[in-house]
Amino acid sequence: MCDNPMKPKAYKVIKIVKDTDIEWTFRIEMDNLPHAGQFYMLSLPRIGEMPISISGIGSNWIDMTIRSVGRVSDKVHDLRKGSTIFLRGPYGNGFSLSEFKQKHLVIVAGGSGVSPVKPIIDYCYNNYNDLNKLDLIFGFKGSASILFKNSLELWKGKFNTILTIDREEKGWSGNTGLVTKYVEKLKFIDKENVVVVLVGPSIMMSKTAEKFVECGIKENQILVSYERRMSCGIGKCGHCRINDNYVCLDGPVFRYDVSKKLID
Amino acid sequence: MGYKLDSDSLNQFLLNMMPEYDIYAPKRFIGKGRFSDTDLIKYDRVDNSSEIVWDEKSDCSPKEIIFPVNQTLFYFTEDEFKESGYSKKKKLIFLRPCDINGIERLDLIFLKNGSIEDSYYKRLRDNIKFVMIECCDGFENCFCVSMGGNKTDKYDLAIRMSDKNILLDIKDDSFEKYIPVDSNVSDFKPEFIRTNIEVVKIPEDMPNKVRDIHSNSFWDEYKDRCIGCGRCNTTCITCSCHSTKDIFYDDNQNVGERRRIWASCQIDGFSEMAGGMSYRKDHGQRMRYKTMHKIYDFNKKFGKHMCVGCGRCDDNCPEYISFSNCINKLNNL
Repeated sequence: MCDNPMKPKAYKVIKIVKDTDIEWTFRIEMDNLPHAGQFYMLSLPRIGEMPISISGIGSNWIDMTIRSVGRVSDKVHDLRKGSTIFLRGPYGNGFSLSEFKQKHLVIVAGGSGVSPVKPIIDYCYNNYNDLNKLDLIFGFKGSASILFKNSLELWKGKFNTILTIDREEKGWSGNTGLVTKYVEKLKFIDKENVVVVLVGPSIMMSKTAEKFVECGIKENQILVSYERRMSCGIGKCGHCRINDNYVCLDGPVFRYDVSKKLID
Repeated sequence: MGYKLDSDSLNQFLLNMMPEYDIYAPKRFIGKGRFSDTDLIKYDRVDNSSEIVWDEKSDCSPKEIIFPVNQTLFYFTEDEFKESGYSKKKKLIFLRPCDINGIERLDLIFLKNGSIEDSYYKRLRDNIKFVMIECCDGFENCFCVSMGGNKTDKYDLAIRMSDKNILLDIKDDSFEKYIPVDSNVSDFKPEFIRTNIEVVKIPEDMPNKVRDIHSNSFWDEYKDRCIGCGRCNTTCITCSCHSTKDIFYDDNQNVGERRRIWASCQIDGFSEMAGGMSYRKDHGQRMRYKTMHKIYDFNKKFGKHMCVGCGRCDDNCPEYISFSNCINKLNNL
């Protein structure tokens, strides 16, 4: 019998951080570490399986920030420190961090889209000299849905960090409005040297990409990350197919000049 | 080598193989058809050559032998996933050239798409041999000639059934030993159908037309016509999409199974993610998604069209949607 790629392995939850009421970060012991931007298939026996992106990568652990919005993710929130979780992966192409070397990197993320880009920012935070510049723009629905508050404070100290919530809110003195509004405020000294990473809902990614193109950034300098339903993660189940691309194999990270031609 | 058999010696041939092979062929299920007093023809294990339906197209394709409708992947307890077992007995399938070509398409998805082979498909596929049923006349709704699904050399044996006699071509020598002694030899080589009543033409210059085709209002025709039952997918020899589903046992809810079940891009929920977001809510757009995969996207990736022209989608659609007609209408846009 050949290897069974569908067989999940048991891992241990070593820490849980409640980022918001519905988004919790699970730190999981891991022997098979991913690249930033890859994903694992997470399963709970009896409940099912779902793709989950990585919000942190350590020496022998990974973080997964999971919003309780579905059959599997609801039950994940029943897990506690010491619980067993089943995973297989990592899958997908992920971001190639070496391509960001000496670049002016701009990361724009919306809502839970901050999770898959967090390992890039963590890396940049620890390897600041690798980069020319890093701008961050994060958008959340409201102040209650802001993720990774502690990390945000750290990042603010090193990088130009813009945090915005969709609408005015009592007690909120920070930025409001959509992330697109803040793209115009960025300063590009050498446009050729810019790389943009966009992660969030598809409408947010396409609107934001258009904004960058208006600012003179080329489509092939923009990277986006897709989220789709998946049952296998290895190109068999067909759920994540868009035209001749499989998000699990060819993505989840796509260059915008490629992704804008994909028709769901 | 070729042989000339009669019905008794054909049956003896099958009986001789049965200790080593389970034999699958199109079989009649009386009264089980979609309409009252009609029969269903589907693939099943046969114990006698007289059970094989030679002169009608099967309603369902043979794919379920290699890619079951519902397949247990694992048995699980709270802390362990145990891989399911399977019958290791070899299987011999009687099928037409279109279906052999169709299984070649399934091979591409399960074994060649991405760098990882699907072990559940492979473990069944590795044990399969094909007897190609010669098919020179075709049936209603077939358009295999247009799609190139009419011909293949990927068979282990080939058979011609006629009123006068039965001719057999054995390509795989390991089957020679099952031929009844004293059988007459023949120089039979199978022929292939050259024309169908239905002819389809895939639009030329697709790469330049593809965006317009996707955005054309043409697909709206299927918005209400298609009821999203997914029968076109389930009867298709090349549809390979599936989901996984966990079930647990009533008497011990901590123990259960993870199953693979067929999925359909025409049925609600196919693209639905946690949180409820989904793509292609409109049935017309689902028809577009399926059609473009069958006649463009798959070919772009693998160099051959996914659709082999078996016409089962048209045979089985309760709304009388014709896929061959859809392709031809696209060509005339």
